[in-house]
Amino acid sequence: MSKKKKNKFITKDILLSSIKESFVKLNPVYMIKNPVMFVVEIGFFISLVLVFFPHLFNDEGNNLSLYNAIVAFVLFFTILFANFAEAVAEGRGKAQAETLKKTKKDTQARLILDDGSEKMISASELKKGDIVLINAGEIIPNDGEIIEGIASIDESAITGESAPVLKESGGDFASVTGGTTVVSDWIKVEITSEPGNSFLDKMIALVEGASRQKTPNEIALNTLLVSLTIIFLIVIVTLYPFAIYSGVKLQISTLVALMVCLIPTTIGALLSAIGIAGMDRVTRFNVIAMSGKAVEACGDVDTMILDKTGTITFGNRLASDFIAVDGVEKAKLIDNAFLASFKDDTPEGKSTVDLARKLGCKIDAEQYPDVEFIEFSAATKMSGINYNGHKIRKGAGDAIAKYIKERQGKIPADLRAKVDEISKLGGTPLIVCLDNMILGVIYLKDTVKPGLVERFERLRAIGIKTIMCTGDNPLTAATIAAEAGVDGYIAECKPEDKIKAIKKEQSEGKIVAMTGDGTNDAPALAQADVGLAMNSGTSAAKEAANMVDLDSDPTKILEVVEIGKQLLITRGSLTTFSIANDVAKYFAIIPAMFTVAIPQIKVLNIMNLSTPSSAILSALIFNALIIPCLIPLAMRGVKYKPMSASKMLGRNMLIYGLGGVICPFIGIKLIDLIIAPILIMLGI
Amino acid sequence: MLQIVCTLLLSMVIIMPFALYIYNITTKKKSFVDPVMDKVDDGIYRLFKIDTSDMDWKKYVCTLLLVNACMVLVGYLILRVQSILFFNPNGIGNMDQSLSFNTIISFMTNTNLQHYSGESSLSYLSQMLVIIMMMFTSAATGYAACAAMIRGFLGKKMGNFYVDFTRIITRFLLPMSFIVGLILVWQGVPQTLYPNYTVFTIEGKLQDIASGPIAALESIKHLGTNGGGFLGANSSTPLENPTIITNILELFAMMILPASCVFTFGHMAYDKYHEKKIQAGNDLSTIKDNKHVWLGSEGRSLFTAMAVLFLIGLILCFWAESQGNSAVAANGIVQTLGNMEGKEVRFGIAQSSLFTTVTTSFTTGTVNNMHDTLTPLGGMVPLLHMMLNVVFGGAGVGLMNMLIYAIIAVFICGLMIGRTPEYLSKKIEGKEMKLAALCIIIHPLLILGFSAISVIVPAGLEGITNPGFHGLSQVLYEFSSSAANNGSGFEGLADNTLFWNITTGIAMFFGRYLSIVIQLAIANSLMKKIDINESVGTLKTNTWTFAIVLVFVVYIFAALTFLPALALGPIAEALTLGI
Repeated sequence: MSKKKKNKFITKDILLSSIKESFVKLNPVYMIKNPVMFVVEIGFFISLVLVFFPHLFNDEGNNLSLYNAIVAFVLFFTILFANFAEAVAEGRGKAQAETLKKTKKDTQARLILDDGSEKMISASELKKGDIVLINAGEIIPNDGEIIEGIASIDESAITGESAPVLKESGGDFASVTGGTTVVSDWIKVEITSEPGNSFLDKMIALVEGASRQKTPNEIALNTLLVSLTIIFLIVIVTLYPFAIYSGVKLQISTLVALMVCLIPTTIGALLSAIGIAGMDRVTRFNVIAMSGKAVEACGDVDTMILDKTGTITFGNRLASDFIAVDGVEKAKLIDNAFLASFKDDTPEGKSTVDLARKLGCKIDAEQYPDVEFIEFSAATKMSGINYNGHKIRKGAGDAIAKYIKERQGKIPADLRAKVDEISKLGGTPLIVCLDNMILGVIYLKDTVKPGLVERFERLRAIGIKTIMCTGDNPLTAATIAAEAGVDGYIAECKPEDKIKAIKKEQSEGKIVAMTGDGTNDAPALAQADVGLAMNSGTSAAKEAANMVDLDSDPTKILEVVEIGKQLLITRGSLTTFSIANDVAKYFAIIPAMFTVAIPQIKVLNIMNLSTPSSAILSALIFNALIIPCLIPLAMRGVKYKPMSASKMLGRNMLIYGLGGVICPFIGIKLIDLIIAPILIMLGI
Repeated sequence: MLQIVCTLLLSMVIIMPFALYIYNITTKKKSFVDPVMDKVDDGIYRLFKIDTSDMDWKKYVCTLLLVNACMVLVGYLILRVQSILFFNPNGIGNMDQSLSFNTIISFMTNTNLQHYSGESSLSYLSQMLVIIMMMFTSAATGYAACAAMIRGFLGKKMGNFYVDFTRIITRFLLPMSFIVGLILVWQGVPQTLYPNYTVFTIEGKLQDIASGPIAALESIKHLGTNGGGFLGANSSTPLENPTIITNILELFAMMILPASCVFTFGHMAYDKYHEKKIQAGNDLSTIKDNKHVWLGSEGRSLFTAMAVLFLIGLILCFWAESQGNSAVAANGIVQTLGNMEGKEVRFGIAQSSLFTTVTTSFTTGTVNNMHDTLTPLGGMVPLLHMMLNVVFGGAGVGLMNMLIYAIIAVFICGLMIGRTPEYLSKKIEGKEMKLAALCIIIHPLLILGFSAISVIVPAGLEGITNPGFHGLSQVLYEFSSSAANNGSGFEGLADNTLFWNITTGIAMFFGRYLSIVIQLAIANSLMKKIDINESVGTLKTNTWTFAIVLVFVVYIFAALTFLPALALGPIAEALTLGI
């Protein structure tokens, strides 16, 4: 689902509603939240008044009303474009929220009363601690923990993943989310969240942007923009008396135009859109960020604490070699290992079959139609087949040893050494035996997920350290750590160790990210600056984390960090661009303003703009048009490639800093070429 | 041109050892004067029962303000009753209220804007006890604030105001003033308590030749980046600045302390980095020894940015002055020497334009030529540098202002590399931005706001002696000089009136103290933050790239703000004159 959505930048629905929304947002009460654009709106009102009373401030000029009208018109569109940018960003979230809301509507809950009887009530009436029964085909009314039963649950409403997941009472798979559907069997669930406060509610609020609060960095940037606006207000207000003193007549609408051009309208217009779009990118990635702050913190991550199993490795141990004991042909071991495993559906079994085939095993499985498969059980710790009176088994060392001894078999002398060798390398030995004879060992190895080595390389390039946590012994941990290329590891790691590691990193001033799913991960998730919980995890973990991955893919933290960085880069680049624009606007407007009184000032008119009013209007129109031109960039985010900070700074400064200086020179000149003849026709 | 290059190169050579010495004073590292000076300082602390323990920022700021306030009070009283006090051989009368107000604020804030002429308005006692005393204390105050700010930025305790204040006076300002003063006396600058001489000139008329303890004032005037002359004509008179040697000496003297503050910052930042490395247990052999560090890379980028700004201004000023004045040329006068109007022949264009740029960049305010008669563009340079107020700047405060621009620069740069901004391992967040924003608003508000009022109200307009664009330049110059605590005068403004005394007084007061309080508040909030980790992903502020970015940030944030006003002042004047 995520892929399909990514391609669509804007749909017709979103477009229409955004246009409508941009007019609604013109309300000054709303505009005042964005001080930069609010100033533009005031400028618009002033020039609007001047359309009808052009001589209010004793201004002079040809066709003053029309000139003022054009200024007012362009200002109006400037505000509209800004509102549109925000509306589009919100619109994309809202569309997503709509679908979620539909799930939420009209859900009925089967409340179990104290006396054991059932009562149908609306899901919105459910309180924390209520117990409900959900049968197959019914929607789970609210977040909770399974207290009885086992069921497969379709979570596609939330995750977009259509394959149902198995949930059962007790352990880490007991939590269910409101809005998901029970596909088979039934469960009894104890509700764990208050009405209106469920995961689904939070998610709707988040994607809708309703509960969006400005992030700390956004506030800081806003402060900078407001201070720039104040400075330019001072400049404009004082310029008027200076001009009068110097004998220069300035029209009020020209001053308004200059001010709007100078204050950072571009970034002011796009700032909230960038923030919303950043959150949206995370959401599209099927990760729900509980706050924009969390996404922002991602950009600063210095250290990532990653679980080995599930995140770095597949966790399932895969066969990587067969080692026969002395006196046994390797081919015989391979054949028997194959036979022991070809009915085994576990990853160990499947990988043994694959490896055996690769190593030249030619046994045709169809020749063994009626073998009896012995499944692995916790009691026997082995699996295998019985056929034609033969018993082939594979299993853990001690279990097989006991099994062989019971059958008066002999343990080969070199077995011990071979088993130890594998353990030392961090692998798991699986012993294969035929009847009462031990044939050899399957070397099961924990395999690093493909592509991760390069990923860690990328992280190192941007200065992020990775630490692997594992319950394995130090030897095994070291082997995997070296193979994956992580910077550090914590072996025999208990949940407390994780918190300790996080605190230690934080005390060194580092920002720490981690992933987790179990209840015992919750404190660590809360302690970390960025905690990504798996949706499959317990509700305690989800509660503690500031992000939840709906696909339960722990490696996603890597992408989320990049999205966080991209968000900040987009913000910075557009700010730089916006401020750099001022240089060209000065060169357009200053000569134009003073040229009547000081003709010599035209040497500063380096763009050779045709008339003063055309110069001022060109700058103003450029200032307005640049906003919609940059909306796609604000939504998509600027391109991000991992590289060192200095290199990235140089590159972005060149594109957005220098580009920001040059681009308006070209833009303003082009607009001037187009509008100058029109203005002359209009007599301005 | 060669003169300028040689002078600047020599200045670097001279500044270097002083910079290390100032660094030692700031960090209380061992230096050769300790055996004597430690005793002197301890004596002072004991005498005044001074508690030398570290202060928090509020206490530091309050102490700073209180000490300054006390001196303002005493100084004001002396000025008001100087006629009846001793050391008044020339029979000078009391100074009136508004002029005393202006003068006392002017000297306490290290501005030294003078709406009076020393020879006719101050007794020797006032010169010594008010003017010279405040020249020491205001410079020491600026330096102390800077030292506290650096410490805060680096996460160290802010220190003790009394200690910083005392140490810089006893170990640097006093002894150096003594040496510089003696050299000046050797070159012919008067140092006496005798009254003015009345001589019979060859014209056959009587003339008063001003005299007094000039050398004593002259030395601290430059060392403390003060700039207020003993005489009205300041360092252009032979009595204050007789020879090329004294001219260069005065140039160097005013460059030492501001430049040393940047060096001190660089060294202290390096020390922190060094300590961190040792703490992290790195191999010591890979770390460069402290001795080989001559500026420290953090200091280097700030120094580079300041130097670039300085050189751009200097080249423009020198070029404009060398071109001469086209209005003069139009009257058939050949100007092979350049625009010599208002300049001393013994200094010429090179030493004059260098002095002009230095005095406004290092915000001293002393002048060796008439700034009013600089060519329009030549005169725009001192004006612009006071508007920027970061090109080395006055004793300490220039660096403080530059650090604020550095915060703004890292804010933008930090975002561009995808991290929330940080400077010197401290996160820059909303609170710091708010304060920094306030800090950069004050300066244009004071300059442009007061200038605008001056060209509206009659009281202001009356003071403007030149019509048109040059008149606006005069007004802008006066308030830039006040707000930047520079004190140099464009002159030509009839400024000893109630309006000008009060408005410039307010501009000086807020330009000084509001900035210092805000800057120390920022330092305090950074001090409390825990150091963030540094990796290849963090923004490096010790690079050339950052220095260049800083230059652009200063030009875009500070210079562009003033561009419309400048366009109506010096730029319009230059263009209408045909440059």
